[in-house]
Amino acid sequence: MQGPLIDTLARQGITRRTFLKYCATLASMMALPPAAGRAMAEAMAAARRPSVIWLPFQECTGCTESITRSHSPTLEGMIFDMISLDYQETLMAAAGHQAEEARHAAMKDNAGKYLLVVDGSIPLGLDGAYSCIGGRSNVDILKEAAEGAAAIVAMGSCASFGGIPKANPNPTGAVSVSDIIKDKPIVNIPGCPPIPVVMTGVLAHYLTFGSLPELDEKGRPKAFFGETIHDRCYRRPFYDQGKFAKTFDDEGARQGWCLFELGCKGPVTYNACATVKWNGGTSWPVESGHGCLGCSEPDFWDAGGFYKALSVPADPLKIAAAAAVAGAVAGVAVSFANRAKKNTAKQTHEPITVDDLEK
Amino acid sequence: MNELQFLTWVRGPGLDIAVGIFLLGVLWRLFEIYSLGRKKDLAAPRQRSGASGLHTVFRRSLAPPGMLKRSPVSYIGGYIFHIGLAIVVFGFAPHILLIKNLTGLSWPGLPSQFIDLAAVVTMAAMVVVLVDRITKPAKRFLSTFEDWFTWAVTFLPVLTGWMAVQHLLLPYTTMLALHILSVEILLVVLPFTKLFHAFTLFGSRWYNGRVNAHKGVPV
Repeated sequence: MQGPLIDTLARQGITRRTFLKYCATLASMMALPPAAGRAMAEAMAAARRPSVIWLPFQECTGCTESITRSHSPTLEGMIFDMISLDYQETLMAAAGHQAEEARHAAMKDNAGKYLLVVDGSIPLGLDGAYSCIGGRSNVDILKEAAEGAAAIVAMGSCASFGGIPKANPNPTGAVSVSDIIKDKPIVNIPGCPPIPVVMTGVLAHYLTFGSLPELDEKGRPKAFFGETIHDRCYRRPFYDQGKFAKTFDDEGARQGWCLFELGCKGPVTYNACATVKWNGGTSWPVESGHGCLGCSEPDFWDAGGFYKALSVPADPLKIAAAAAVAGAVAGVAVSFANRAKKNTAKQTHEPITVDDLEK
Repeated sequence: MNELQFLTWVRGPGLDIAVGIFLLGVLWRLFEIYSLGRKKDLAAPRQRSGASGLHTVFRRSLAPPGMLKRSPVSYIGGYIFHIGLAIVVFGFAPHILLIKNLTGLSWPGLPSQFIDLAAVVTMAAMVVVLVDRITKPAKRFLSTFEDWFTWAVTFLPVLTGWMAVQHLLLPYTTMLALHILSVEILLVVLPFTKLFHAFTLFGSRWYNGRVNAHKGVPV
């Protein structure tokens, strides 16, 4: 399948109108001006399929599932088909040495131009031996592939921030892509898994403007990670009114009240779930009655428990009881010392008589 | 350390340390103060003490005749920020949740817009009281480092909490972590400064009322 994207889309029954609509939606989602939608459509329609190399490292394939499966009948899926995905272990027909050869060929043919997508963290423990592909460590492969990449997309929380493999005590010494690669533009698309439309949004931006979208200080596209789940949550009014579900099956939960007390991490999680939703806009975690886990934030796994409200202690107070006892003991000890001082003063006190004064 | 780790630290080990020092300090000082004792008053009581101690506890919360006019800022400002603090600390749902988690006690929260208003009014009153302390020569002369310091550690939790809710200056996560940290500083400082009046206030009023009755001036 070579040639401009619009021809391929037409072959698959996508009309120009639908495609324009889609581009306009993408542009508005990314907070770009209205004209950008048209520019995007033109650029994307004419674009040759860019070569994409997708490297899976220490991961669960959930990111791939998210991108490929949940949206396969939609336009996002189509566009994803339209890139030249030259290497993706899970999806490609080739295996073993053939697969490795395909990767090398793509890297050679498109040197300096291909987009590198990484999902999964990179283990550094035991010289990277915890995760190898074709006898080579992940860190080795990443460094090699990054060299000729135009840009790198870190898909999912593992590639972006280390994710679950990095969870305390991090037995494999897992790190993120940006911990290793310092000299290439990197977009982090965190989430466990990430939202498919964010991926297509970044791709569309790259195809249209030849650059990556504006990123926040954690390397995430601002358009999708600019606001917290809490601020865009449809249950937010209940938070403001002080109406909270206390358990997962009480009256409050049935009424759809705020899940803050049940440990929702929405207030500290920057992502687009509340607006974009999942499964083609069907629903999202909070709508289904479960609080946000904060999966798109670094180290969300070690943030003090999924079911503990943000305002309660992350750990049980271990020293509080001991400190209270110590305080009481210190207080009693000091009071004894004070009494002893008083008694000594009383005993050494010599009353003055009239005779003393007349001396 | 990223901001979520910072937040997890202040919610975890930080809170543990702060609450530990707070409890240690409070118990230490209460034991020390109340074990000091007083010399027995050998004089025959002029009057039976009755409820004079209890009355004084309440009476001292009211301005003596004429004083409200002489220093309105101290009294009105003082009332507003103390009541405001109580509303914000004990009325905001996340605060109640923390208290419930630590002690098992809970009560319904107030709407967050009302808490927001109370926080702004509280801060305004605290600023007015501070300006009064700076501009009145006598007050300024009597003020020590402790007075400025305790004002700051009381003001900061309200300010950072309000800024976190309003999403001002810093991302919410960082601001929330700073808010909790500022409260932890307050907890550490409270037992060892004049802020300890939160614990000793009613005891000393009651004692004074009782002694005054003994001497013949009950209230």
